[in-house]
Amino acid sequence: MSDEVRPATRPEDATRAISPKITDPNLVVRSLSLWYGGSQALHDVSLVIPRNQITAFIGPSGCGKSTLLRCFNRLNDLISTVRIEGDILFEGHSIYDPAEDINALRKRIGMVFQKSNPFPKSIYENIAYGPKIQGVKKKQTLDAIVEKSLRGAALWDEVKDRLGESALSLSGGQQQRLCIARAIAVEPEVILLDEPCSALDPIATTKIEQLMTDLKEQYTLVIVTHNMQQASRISDHTAFLYMGQLIEYQETEKLFINPIMKQTEDYITGRFG
Amino acid sequence: MSIRPKHRKGDPLGDGLTALCGGALALNLVLVFALLWVLLVNAAGHFWQKELILFERIDAPPLLGEVHDREPIPAQSDSGVSPGDRVRIRVGNRELSGGDFVWLDLTTVTRESRPDDGVLLERLEWGNFYGTMVELRRGEEVLATGPDRVWSAFQAIHLEKQREFEALHRFEKGQIGDVNYRLERIHSAQRKLEFEQPDPETLGRRSEELDRRKETAEVEFEALTRQLFAMREEFVAETLVMEAADGTRKEMAVGEVVRAVQPNRIGTFSTLSLYASRIKEFLFDAPRESNTEGGIFPAIFGTVMMVFIMSFAVAPFGVLAALYLREYARQGFLVRVLRIAVNNLAGVPSIVFGMFGLGFLVYLIGGSIDQLFYPEVLPRPTFGTGGILWASLTLALLTVPVVIVATEEGLAAVPRIVREGSLALGATKFETTWRVVVPAAAPGILTGLILAMARAAGEVAPLMIVGMVKLAPSLPIDSHFPFFHLERKFMHLGFHIYDLGFQSPNVEATKPLVFATAFLLIAVVTVMNLLAIAVRNHLVNKYATSAV
Repeated sequence: MSDEVRPATRPEDATRAISPKITDPNLVVRSLSLWYGGSQALHDVSLVIPRNQITAFIGPSGCGKSTLLRCFNRLNDLISTVRIEGDILFEGHSIYDPAEDINALRKRIGMVFQKSNPFPKSIYENIAYGPKIQGVKKKQTLDAIVEKSLRGAALWDEVKDRLGESALSLSGGQQQRLCIARAIAVEPEVILLDEPCSALDPIATTKIEQLMTDLKEQYTLVIVTHNMQQASRISDHTAFLYMGQLIEYQETEKLFINPIMKQTEDYITGRFG
Repeated sequence: MSIRPKHRKGDPLGDGLTALCGGALALNLVLVFALLWVLLVNAAGHFWQKELILFERIDAPPLLGEVHDREPIPAQSDSGVSPGDRVRIRVGNRELSGGDFVWLDLTTVTRESRPDDGVLLERLEWGNFYGTMVELRRGEEVLATGPDRVWSAFQAIHLEKQREFEALHRFEKGQIGDVNYRLERIHSAQRKLEFEQPDPETLGRRSEELDRRKETAEVEFEALTRQLFAMREEFVAETLVMEAADGTRKEMAVGEVVRAVQPNRIGTFSTLSLYASRIKEFLFDAPRESNTEGGIFPAIFGTVMMVFIMSFAVAPFGVLAALYLREYARQGFLVRVLRIAVNNLAGVPSIVFGMFGLGFLVYLIGGSIDQLFYPEVLPRPTFGTGGILWASLTLALLTVPVVIVATEEGLAAVPRIVREGSLALGATKFETTWRVVVPAAAPGILTGLILAMARAAGEVAPLMIVGMVKLAPSLPIDSHFPFFHLERKFMHLGFHIYDLGFQSPNVEATKPLVFATAFLLIAVVTVMNLLAIAVRNHLVNKYATSAV
């Protein structure tokens, strides 16, 4: 907020963005670059994600924020043309270490997608799927996990009487909360959310936002959003990406009220994007 | 500048196209119903009892029979007026007249009547007999004379004979069949013993044991045969003397009569129950008289069983191949070529698959099985000849492209985001494929299976060389271990149609049966498809997925 922090001349072509002071890092991105075949989608991005807080990535479409998010659980590996340089440290260990167990990593770093993607199974089976994959077999344990996860996603009261029904019979907002419940059922440490509310109406969005605020007590949350009000409402830190570059990373309040970079200001005031 | 909407009256082109599309659909529906209707009309009349008409003629003996056709005699060259009608009559009595049907010029007929005592006999041999009852005898003893008294005396005896016929049939298939089977087993055990040539001591002990078993079985067999002869003698003890319209008399055993009807006396209700009983016979009995009479049950059974074995073979095979192609293979030139090859496989003429089945499955694999497991009965083949297993596997090869293509499409329709959802929970690719993708694609997979079943049920050409026969002595399932006899030959509805229509000694009499069998084939395919569709709908409801 103070004028001293803000440089007199805005560094339009700065290669290093400004970063906030983070005391308890959970994920550390170190000069990450990513190419889809010949085209570069991320340019030398470095940032630190704090534990038990909500970090939001904003930016115009195609700026690479979803790509960056999908680097954390290595979902980009599924695309054969992707090439990655740089590194991401999770709890101090490189997740791109060749010895890294990718399935174990994805269990620790859960994800909720832009479009709700329940499996074509019953509500119960959707939640129990992850624990079953991890080897949980006992019915009582599974029952307990299902209830706990659904309560955690504030969905229990709405579905407790119809756990056997198809998950696809739920409304859009319920499906998205089911996906959150499914993600927390495997007890991850981090939850990545890729525009989780973009297909939802305002009431469902409010519920999910409320839920995220509750969840950060236990989990580190990283959310990609198009909705700047949403980022400002719920996140603790916000990163602005543009054309694959991290332009500015700040405490949310600072970024929205007093952005340092001109591009950030232009974006959040609606001059482009 | 503003764009004003063009003023137009309706949309004639669009309306026309809509009508054209609707018309095409309607035409399809009409064709389908016309097909079913033609089959049904031609088939249904056959089982309906017609009146018996007696035609008295100017200078020829009278004729008694059912009128099947009526047409005007073509006009003579100059007069231009048809001299009258002629009718095609089923006169039966094949052993007397040589044929079942005759054409009769109605201008030569002096009198037509419907004799009350005219009787139609359906017989185990020689087809129908039309005439009047004269006498009922047991050996030399006369039980009844005169049409009416013979008719009422006949009923009780006939009922008894039908029971005896059932008993005879059970006896032959059951007890005698069992002993026969045991003898056969002992025989092949002996052959095996000779073939293996163990040390002299074992050889002696075991062959003695086999000889002893054989002896008991033979004694038993002889006793049963004597019993069978006694039963047969009793079965033909009563004889019926019939008189044909021209006065010829014919004596036959009451047991030989399958069904006796007085068509001019029975009312509507009896005609209906006769109709039902004939349809039941057609559906559930074995054929007689080189397939021209009796039922087609073995053909229905063979068709259904073959399609089921085919499904069990083709489903895993096709699904696994499609899974590899779609989920695991690196999508590139090679996979594209493979996919084209699979599609082309669907276009290969089915008889080519038949030849492949004969050369590869029957001769190579079947022959090897025989050499490994049944060397003692060689050169008589066990699996090295056509059979229901090889026929089913040939059809499985024929239909595997259908299943692969449908499964691939089902898999492709599962959204990437659903797969990613599973992977993001820490599931491996295999777990994702097996527990999420395949269940989601199940309706698509079943659609492929339905198409494959429909194709397989209608295929005839390749089966003729890998195990389908005109008349199979026994069903591929029976009460002898191991119950499923997959090496056996079998009957098939499709081939039965061909056999009835073109190979039959009595083409005119079997023509309606051709239509009935064709209708039944369609019905069987429809029922199997409905079953599969029911399963698919159940799955769709269970997993109500947006994917498929």
